[in-house]
Parts: sequence; structure tokens; C-alpha cells
Amino acid sequence: MTERTIPTVGRRATAAFVAPAAGLIGVFLIFPALWTLYLAVTDLRLTGLAAVEPRFVGLQNFIAAVSDPKFVNSVKVTLLFVAGSLVGQVVLGFTLAWIFRGWRGVGRRLLEVLAIFAWIIPGSVVAFLWIAFLDGTSGTFNALLPGPLGDGTEWLLSYPLLSIVMFNTWRGTAFSMLLFGAALSAVPPSHLETARLSGAGTWQMLRDIVIPSIRGHVVTATLLIALWTFNLFTPYLLTRGGPNFQTDVMPVFIFREAISSGRLGYGAAISAILLAINLLLAMIYLRMVRRPP
Amino acid sequence: MDGTHSRPVPTAPWPLRRIVSRTGFYVLVTLLGAFFAVPMLWLLFAPFDVQPTLAAEVPHWTLDNFRRVLENPFALASLRNSVFLAVQTMVLIVAAAALCSYALSRVRFPGRDMLLYVLLLFSAVVSGTAAMVPLFQLVNKMRLIDTYMGVVLVLSGGLLPAAIFILKDFMDTLPSSYEESAIVFGASPVQVLRDVVVPVVRPGLAVIAVWALVNVWGDFLMPFILLRSPDLQPGSVVMFNFYTEGGQANLKLISAFSFLYSIPVVAMYLFVNLRYGFRFYGGIKA
Repeated sequence: MTERTIPTVGRRATAAFVAPAAGLIGVFLIFPALWTLYLAVTDLRLTGLAAVEPRFVGLQNFIAAVSDPKFVNSVKVTLLFVAGSLVGQVVLGFTLAWIFRGWRGVGRRLLEVLAIFAWIIPGSVVAFLWIAFLDGTSGTFNALLPGPLGDGTEWLLSYPLLSIVMFNTWRGTAFSMLLFGAALSAVPPSHLETARLSGAGTWQMLRDIVIPSIRGHVVTATLLIALWTFNLFTPYLLTRGGPNFQTDVMPVFIFREAISSGRLGYGAAISAILLAINLLLAMIYLRMVRRPP
Repeated sequence: MDGTHSRPVPTAPWPLRRIVSRTGFYVLVTLLGAFFAVPMLWLLFAPFDVQPTLAAEVPHWTLDNFRRVLENPFALASLRNSVFLAVQTMVLIVAAAALCSYALSRVRFPGRDMLLYVLLLFSAVVSGTAAMVPLFQLVNKMRLIDTYMGVVLVLSGGLLPAAIFILKDFMDTLPSSYEESAIVFGASPVQVLRDVVVPVVRPGLAVIAVWALVNVWGDFLMPFILLRSPDLQPGSVVMFNFYTEGGQANLKLISAFSFLYSIPVVAMYLFVNLRYGFRFYGGIKA
């Protein structure tokens, strides 16, 4: 870009222009993150004495968390949910982007729009769509499964974690599809032609040319999907953490402990752990890309 | 697309391998299409069915289910509440992001782009879910529980970094010579912004506006924990109550309500797509 000769915005105007956004971000994004750390070392509760005068309890909340079997379960469930959704969304998103490459038909447009609708329709609606879809007696999923496979299986009760992974893959694939689509259109077609002419198969081409040249996008997609999935509250709309805590992901755990049961201090400690995991992911990512785009 | 390059036309007349790979391709496309389409069919059929069930079946047509929505005391009010919440948040985000991204686009300081990028990443790390407890406590202390103000402020704070990030791209493409001549003629920064910058970056503002509307429209968690009165709840929470409250789920009401509640986001997507072309901004929805 060219250097500017006249400063078009003075110092005071800059400060005035930046202030509203900086204020909102400071108060409602940065401050809460820091405050989590403080609340996590108190016994703050929603009601009662500990609501008025919370005490400093040191690491007690964290020690309680580690020895709480429900918390350990929640971490396990969350990791499985994130890993499953990540594999599902990245693989499916890449597959779609790969078959869309060079295809400009109605079919492509339709498939793309369907995936995008799954992504933008409100969460409460898609949650119910999947409750209906996976219903044991009249759900469409069982109706489509061949033979005894779909014999009245209540998917949300018998395979709850698998169900929400499938749901979330359906819900979020549009993102990686679009990201990989943009990435693939930047791979020089001449490279692919050269490879094809020299006799490379599809797999060889993917491995040697395509994957290395979109590596940055794969890393970005992986990080963002992981972050979003760690923080996803939508499973609550399908299963409310159940049955028997089998889909009790950390956001749902925090909600139940902090808001429903009123143990704000304990909930804050779990939030702090979740924030630490997210921050760790973001740091790994920043190291991997080194430079912002 | 790369116009200088043309693919060599395959000359072999349908060898077996090609037939197999074509067939495989169509099977794959059909399966993928079914995976995305079938769960959505219910939303298309059930609202118009005389007797909707949980199965997606071609309906015996009726519009009677929509009367249930009109008759339910919470349904229509919740859609109105969703509009209030989404529009208020959108206006705040567009105004704050426009001012901030313009200033940041015109002022250089070391680490500016890195700061924006880190802020964007930070807003993905510190989502409403991870910061649920302090956000609840903060809004509680500000005595904004059960007010739209509380929800609007919290959602704006979380969405602003991404909005500024997207909008700054648009601001960067605006040649500064326009503003320079306005300043030479004695315009103040606010006049420059209003009369020169805003008209040119209008597509960017529209994108941010639609993106904010779609995000707030579907948001569940913040209104769920920050609002108490049933008559203030937006569509997301009311919809959830429809199918979790005790007793037999009222499928006529749920299906018709889902349909009405989904129309705005679908319409906004189509609008953006037709008007500006659906572009993709580094991992940000809509």
C-alpha cells in the first residue's frame, strides 16, 4: 500500500473512534476472561452467605474438580466429542471441496447450499430436527437403515455420544468445505496437470501436491473447529448432558454446576480449565503459522 | 479462475476404470446429498401436514399449523423479541466496528495487524460458554439480568473483534485520496466518515450487519442464562421450551414455529448471496 501524505484521522479522532469498540471488548470479553481466574479461587455461590461474602479458597476448587468423577467423565466426553467432530468435519469438508473443484453444475450448487443451510439455521431448530430424525419409533434415520439395523434403535439413548458427533459433523461441515474450497482454488492447476500427466494417481496427487500446499488451511480449520467444538453448548439442546452424563461436555457441566446449582466458584474453576485448554490450542496454532495472513 | 490454462480433453472412450470412477463419484455425491438433505426434510414437510409426526413424510397439505403459532402467547412475542435483540446488537456492532476499523485502517502503529489477529483468536478462545460464570456475574452486578441491554452488550463484546477484522479489509481498499480532498476542503473526521467512507464501504457494512443478525438470531445460551421472564425470551429459548416442557410435544406448533423462525436466516443468506456473492472471510460465518 502507498504511504499516506496527509494523516486523514487525527490522534483525538482516532481515540474517539476506537473507544466504543475497545470499551465493549474490554468490559465484556477481556475482563470476564481475567475475572474467571479470580472467581475460580473463591467459594462464590449464587445464593446464601457465600453469595454476599465469598471466601478465598486457594486451589480447593481445582482439587475438588480433579477428584470429581463427573468432571473427569466430562473431560473424557469433551475430548471424544471434539476429536470425532474434528475428524468428521475436516474429512467431509475436504471431500466436498475436492469434488466441487472444477464442477459448476446445479448438483454442486444444491449440495453446497444444503451444507450451508445446515450451518446457519438456528441451533434450537436443528437440534429438534435431529431429535426427530433419530427418534426410535418414527424417526427417518431408522426408516432408511436397511433390515434389523434400524429396528427401533433409540439413537440418542443407546449411542448418545455418536449421535451428537454425527449431528455436529452435519451442522459444521460447511465451514471446512468453504475454507478448503478457497484453499483448493489457489492450488495452481498446472501442478495438478503435470502430476497427472506424469502418471500420478489421485492419492499420490493429494499426498504430494494438494495436502502440502493447503497445509496452512488445514491447520486453521483444525484449530477453529477444535475451539468452537470445545465451547459448543448445542449438545445440551439435544440431550441435556444425558443419558447418565454420557454427553456431558464441559460447557454443559459448567452450566449445570454454576448456573443451575449455583456453585459459581466451582464453575469458574472448570471455566478456567476450559480457557487454559483453548489458550494452549491457540498458542500451538500461533507457533505453527508463525505469521498472520 | 485461471483463464490461460485449459485442461487436456480425455481422448479414451470410456475405459472401464473411468466408468467405475464415475459411478463411484455419483454414489458419493448421492450419499453426501442425502446426509445433508434428509434431516432437513422434516422442516419442509411437517409444518404443512394435517397431522405431523416425527417422520419426514410428504404432507397432507394444510396451513392450519401456523394458526397454532398465532394462538400461542409466547410464540409470536418470541419472534418479535428475537428481532429486537438481533437488530439492537447489529446496530451496536456495525456502529462500533465501523468507527474502530476505519481508525485502525488509517493509523499505523507497530503490531497493529498482530493485535487485531490476536484479538480475533482471543474472541474464539473466550466464548460465551467458557466465560459463562463471569459474564453472568458481571451482568448480575450491573443489575442488567432480565434486560435486553445485558444480552446486547455481552453479545456485542464477543462478536466485535471478528466484525472489526472483516471490516478493516474493506476499509483498507478505500483509497485515501478521497478523504484527503475532503479534508483539504475542511471536512471534519466525522463528516469524512459519514459522507465519504460509509457510502463506499456499504457492502462491507451490509456483510457485517447480516453476519451479526444471523449470529444473534440463533444464539441460545446468553438469553437462556441472562433473561428470566418468559415474555422476554427470544425464539431460540422459546423453541427449546416447546419441546422440553413436560407432556406430549405439540408437533403442529413446533414444526410451524421452526419454519417461521428459520426463514429470516435463510432469506438473509440468499440476499447476501444474490447481492454481493457469498464470500468467505477467514473462517467467519455468513
